[in-house]
Amino acid sequence: MTGNNHIQLDSNGRLKHFLTTEGLSRQLLVEILDNAESFAGVAHRAVKKVPLLRGKTIVNLFFEPSTRTSTTFDLAANRLSADVVNVNLATSSTSKGESLLDTLHTLEAMHTDMFVVRHSSSGAAHFIAGHVAPHVSVINAGDGQHAHPTQAMLDMFTIRRHKRSFETLTVAIVGDIMHSRVARSDIHALKTLGVNDVRVVGPKTLMPADIESLGVRVFDNLDNALQQVDVIIMLRLQKERMLSASIPSESEYFRRYGLTQTRLRLAKPDAIVMHPGPINRGIEIESSVADSNQSVILQQVSHGIAIRMAVMAMTLGSLSGSLAKNDENPDN
Amino acid sequence: MKIQITNGRIIDPANGLDLIGSVYIEDGVILSVGKAVAGFKPQHLIDATDQWVCPGLIDLSARFGDHAQQGLASIASESIAAASAGVTTVCCPPDTSPVIDTPAVVELINQRAARSGKTRIFTIGALTHGLAGDRLAEMYSLQQAGCVAVSNANRPVASNEILRRAFEYAASTNLTVFIQAEDHTLRNQGVINEGAFSTRLGLPPIPETAETVAVSTALLLAEQTGVRAHFCRLSTARAVNMIARAKQSGLPVTADVDICHLYLTEQDVDGYNVNCHLSPPLRRLEDQQALIQGLIDGTIDAVVSDHYPLSEDAKVAPFNLTRPGASTIEMLLPLMLDMVTRKQLSTLQALEKVTSNPARILDQNLGSLGVGCLADLIVIDPNQSWTVNRQNLRSAGKNTPFDGWELMGKITHTLLKGQTVYPALE
Repeated sequence: MTGNNHIQLDSNGRLKHFLTTEGLSRQLLVEILDNAESFAGVAHRAVKKVPLLRGKTIVNLFFEPSTRTSTTFDLAANRLSADVVNVNLATSSTSKGESLLDTLHTLEAMHTDMFVVRHSSSGAAHFIAGHVAPHVSVINAGDGQHAHPTQAMLDMFTIRRHKRSFETLTVAIVGDIMHSRVARSDIHALKTLGVNDVRVVGPKTLMPADIESLGVRVFDNLDNALQQVDVIIMLRLQKERMLSASIPSESEYFRRYGLTQTRLRLAKPDAIVMHPGPINRGIEIESSVADSNQSVILQQVSHGIAIRMAVMAMTLGSLSGSLAKNDENPDN
Repeated sequence: MKIQITNGRIIDPANGLDLIGSVYIEDGVILSVGKAVAGFKPQHLIDATDQWVCPGLIDLSARFGDHAQQGLASIASESIAAASAGVTTVCCPPDTSPVIDTPAVVELINQRAARSGKTRIFTIGALTHGLAGDRLAEMYSLQQAGCVAVSNANRPVASNEILRRAFEYAASTNLTVFIQAEDHTLRNQGVINEGAFSTRLGLPPIPETAETVAVSTALLLAEQTGVRAHFCRLSTARAVNMIARAKQSGLPVTADVDICHLYLTEQDVDGYNVNCHLSPPLRRLEDQQALIQGLIDGTIDAVVSDHYPLSEDAKVAPFNLTRPGASTIEMLLPLMLDMVTRKQLSTLQALEKVTSNPARILDQNLGSLGVGCLADLIVIDPNQSWTVNRQNLRSAGKNTPFDGWELMGKITHTLLKGQTVYPALE
């Protein structure tokens, strides 16, 4: 299977578009994490801005509603001193491809340097990257059920801050794997960073076909899956899954796959609990777990800004190698 | 008009012929094959030295664009493409716009086809009114108007009860039912074969059972009703197996496969290749192998182009928003010849899948070089290689998955009822 590298990387092997974590080298993923580490310090300064992308125009092109992702992209671009345009296009599933391309070219004519794209169709960011002018970069902010690479990298960033090395970790991803772009991007990133034991947990109705081919182990029993786990990534359950006969009810789902204090004790004592948000308390996670000191859900949100700054700066070619070495005050 | 095609290798699967010689044609009909006709004075002489002379191709499924709108592809444009590809007869499925469910639509298509005159077009009538799946179409009237079979194309039938009644009625009208087996509820919103690729690409999957459940239902109802059933465009190994067993048990069933499924798999969709967005979807390598094996052992009787010319707009979008279909009619014969080169099929076998077998399925006296048959024939230069360039296709649809493929075999002449329809006369 080939990845998307021919389109993600430029001729020098540097990140040109960020569409998926699949197929990128471990070195490149670590470089993103290192750069994000240096940007994380910016948030704690009196002036939270660096001039790296001054004069650049970034368009946030959201075809799907989003609060937290679009906000953190907006903040990230602002902190890099870029000019930001937020375009929210509520679309139905009937939206035509030609109008997508027309929209794109119209915005491109405004001398856009980067598109941050969220779209309900898998492959949409890939499609857009294939149709923009050569100088324009594209960052995927979530495409259908395919990929959400910046979410995956902020998850990796959060894990790295809490755990010493990826190689020895056991990670469980729990819930609606089938419809989750976060799960897919997390799996690719975890495997590339060296995690051997990645477990996906959920009923067969929410498990995509042949998911084992991505190098994960499949569990339908959460209690079994949580044994000796270091990291638990809970996924959001969409309400419409009841209508598609994927689960019988929210309460039954919680009974079987909800993360409770009791269940959490099956994992390692220092296990961390993550969630891409927004959380459904009492459906996939017990309130007391979400608010416990093992929960790192809010840290994930703030790490998202640093990761997005790193990826934006790298794709626009404003960073040569890692910033971490020469930045004055990396936040540890 | 007297025509003599000289010194060609004459290959005629219907009569088991493979010899070097001449074909004599008079008034659009084959007068003699191989044997000289005393005193024959041809007005037109075609030298076929080092070339093959074969029956024109019969394609059981090709779409020529919407008949209602003056769209990009039309009967005129696609007939020229068909003639250049050696296809002298095509069957048009009923799910066109408008749907082929009344004699008036059949007449409209027949008139346009007659005006173009480049290829013979047979219509397949609707099985249910408007293809809506809830009322029987006027199958007898459609048959009288010229429809060669009936089908509900890729549209669902409301219930198995209605499917049963439709089969019964078709049987009593002596019409063959063309079945595109797909369970629409199992297909759901799917756009790609269910498996590792759909999971990686995050595209809505189509399970194998979307095909096999429908094949199973149709086979049981065909057995019960006694209708002649032709299964269109099989895509899975299991379905091939089911057809093989049905044939063994003596059911009057036949089947075809489209050329894309013999050459492409789900892997070709990788990178969101919209020209590989097809219906039924491209399947696994094992399925492709089983389809080829089915052709070899005779479970699958015919190969179709399933030609579907689409505008650029229909394909310029994220994968799941594009329309399924591929422009393939110009690649049908070269790819069949390639199966001979690969030693998967003999020359006679390869040609019978696109000539005599489809003629038999349609119960038409075509696809043969027998004396007295209509002179639908082609002359092929089997050694001429060419590279597919989508922009140079004669079809208005440039949506081919075979762009850049190097193929062997070029049509040098196409005759329809003894008239040269390709190359166009100056």
